[in-house]
Amino acid sequence: MSQTITEKILAAHSGRKKVYPGQLIEAKVDLTLANDVTAPLAIDVFYQAGGKKVFNRHKVVMVPDHFVPNKDIAAAEQCRLMRRFAREQKLPHFFELGEMGIEHALLPEKGLVLPGDLVIGADSHTCTYGALGAFATGLGSTDLGAAMITGRTWFKVPETIKLIYRGKRRPWVSGKDLILHTIGDLGVDGARYQALEFCGSAMTALPMSDRFTMANMAIEAGAKNGIYEPDETTTAYVRERSAKPGKIFRSDPDAAYKEVREYDLSKIEPQVAFPHLPENARPISKVGKISIDQAVIGSCTNGRLEDLRIAAQVLKGRAIAKSVRLIVIPATPWIYQQAMAEGLLEIFLKAGGIVSPPTCGPCLGGHMGILAKGERAIATTNRNFVGRMGHLGSEVYLASPAITAASSVLGLIGPVEALPKLKKK
Amino acid sequence: MKFSGRVWKFGDHIDTDVIIPARYLTTSDPKELGRHCMEDADPDFVKKINRGDIIVAGRNFGSGSSREHAPIALKAAGISCIIAESFARIFYRNAFNMGLPIFESSKGARQIKAGDQLRVDADTGIIEDRTQKKRFQAEPIPLFMRELIKDGGLVVHLKKRQGNRPKTKEKRKN
Repeated sequence: MSQTITEKILAAHSGRKKVYPGQLIEAKVDLTLANDVTAPLAIDVFYQAGGKKVFNRHKVVMVPDHFVPNKDIAAAEQCRLMRRFAREQKLPHFFELGEMGIEHALLPEKGLVLPGDLVIGADSHTCTYGALGAFATGLGSTDLGAAMITGRTWFKVPETIKLIYRGKRRPWVSGKDLILHTIGDLGVDGARYQALEFCGSAMTALPMSDRFTMANMAIEAGAKNGIYEPDETTTAYVRERSAKPGKIFRSDPDAAYKEVREYDLSKIEPQVAFPHLPENARPISKVGKISIDQAVIGSCTNGRLEDLRIAAQVLKGRAIAKSVRLIVIPATPWIYQQAMAEGLLEIFLKAGGIVSPPTCGPCLGGHMGILAKGERAIATTNRNFVGRMGHLGSEVYLASPAITAASSVLGLIGPVEALPKLKKK
Repeated sequence: MKFSGRVWKFGDHIDTDVIIPARYLTTSDPKELGRHCMEDADPDFVKKINRGDIIVAGRNFGSGSSREHAPIALKAAGISCIIAESFARIFYRNAFNMGLPIFESSKGARQIKAGDQLRVDADTGIIEDRTQKKRFQAEPIPLFMRELIKDGGLVVHLKKRQGNRPKTKEKRKN
C-alpha cells in the first residue's frame, strides 16, 4: 500500500485508496488557473462545450500577467475578453493591474493554494505550487476550459524520481543553482511525464522562496510536477496567508520510485545555463569570459522578495557596468511594496537599473526588455530557448539573482566574489 | 483514419517557442497562428509545405510552454500528423485535445528522411514510408485518447458526454 506523495494526492482526488503509475484517472480539481495568453482560448472552449457557469467561482482563478500592462491592442483585447468573462461569472479571483502579479508568485502569496490541493493551470509553470506539497501541473487551454465546467480532469499517474539533496549550501548558492544543476544532470526530457520529489536534509533547510524556484523549473526537465513534502516551513508559510491549513500528505518510507538521485551540496557551485537549453548548466568557475548587454531579475522563477533582497545585497553601493541594462521586475504588488519599504528599489535605481511593474514581460520575449540581434542577457528566468527573449540571434543565460546582479556590475557573467570590494565609509 | 504526405524533418527538443513564437500569442486565431508556424526554425516553412504534409522529429517535441497555440498553428498550417521519438507531456495532451494526431516511433523518427512520402494509419499505428519501402510500428494510442480523436477533440467529446455523465464515469477498480 506504499505510495508517494504525488500518488496519494491523485488517489485522494479520484476517490481511490491507491493509484498506480501509468493508470488513467479522472480527478477532482481544487483550483484552475489561466492567464492572458491561455484564458481567451479556454473561455472559447468553455462556451463551445456548452458551459454556462463555472463549476465553482471561487476555484477558477484568472491572472492577466504575460503581456500586462497591455503591450498593444491585441493584448488589450485578450484582457478585455478575460475581464468580461470574470465579471459575468462573478469570479472573485480575477486580478487586474494593481492587484495583479505574476501568477505563480501571486497565488501562493494570496493563500489560494494549500498543501494537498490538486491544481491545474494553463501555464507550464503551474508546477510551482508543488513547493507547498500540492499536486500542480500545467496543461492546455482546452483541458482547462473543460475543467472550468466540470471541475474534473484526467491524468496518467506519473512515476516519481526522488531527488535527495544533502549537505550545506556553498556561499551564494540558491534554489536556482540547485535546480539548474539538477536539470543539467537529468536533461530537459529526463523527467518527461514523471514527478520530481525534492527531498533530503538540504531541502528541509531551504526557505519557501527557493522551494518555489525549484518546483517552478521541474517542467524544464520535462516533469509533470515537482513536489516537496510539507514541513514546518510550509505550514508556517500557509498559516500566514490562509485560514485553512490544507491537507498534509507524505510519501511512505518504502514507496516505489522509478529512480533515486543524490546530490552533495558541498560540490555544487552557482550555476549558469548556457543557450539554448536549460540543461546546459555549468558551474560559474567554468563559464569563461562572456559579456552581457542586459540583466533581468524577475519572473515566476525568481521575482520574489527574497530574490530581490539577494540582488540588492549584491548591488548595494555598487553601480552596474555602462554596457549593461538592468531590469528588475518584482513579481507582485505586495513584493513591490515590501521591496520599496525595505529600500531595495532605491538600491536598484542607484545602481543604474530600472524597476518594472509586475509582468512576465521579457521572460517570454513579450515586452519590457526585448533583445536585438546578437545581444546577450543573463536572466533569473526559466527558459533560454532560441529567440526566447527577442531576436533569433540573441542569447539568454539563466542564473540566480546573485549571479545576475553580480554580472550586471561586472559586465561579464561572473560570481559575487569577483566584484571589487566596497570601501568602508 | 489515414494520412498521406511529404516529410519535413526536425531535430530534438523542438520547443513551443519555435513552433509558434510568443510574439504571436496576442491572438488565438488559427489562420494567423498557422501563418507563423515553425517560423523560427525555418522562416519559409509555411510557404514550402502542402496540406497533409507530416513532421518527423526527434526527442521531446513540443517542450516548454503549455500554449495550445502550438498544435493549433501546426494544424492550421496544414500538417496532418506528427511522428517523433517522444513528445513533451503538455504538448501530447494538447495535440489530442485539438485533434492533431501524433505518433511515437523511435525507429521511424531516426530512419525516415526529409522528403519521403508517408502513409500513416491512425487505427493501427502503422507508418509506411513509400519512398524507402519501409514500415514502422508506432506506439499504439491508448483507447481513451482514440475516443478523443474519434470525437474530433475534447470539446466535441464533452458535448457528447453532457447529459449522460454517470455512464461515462470510469469503473472504480478499488
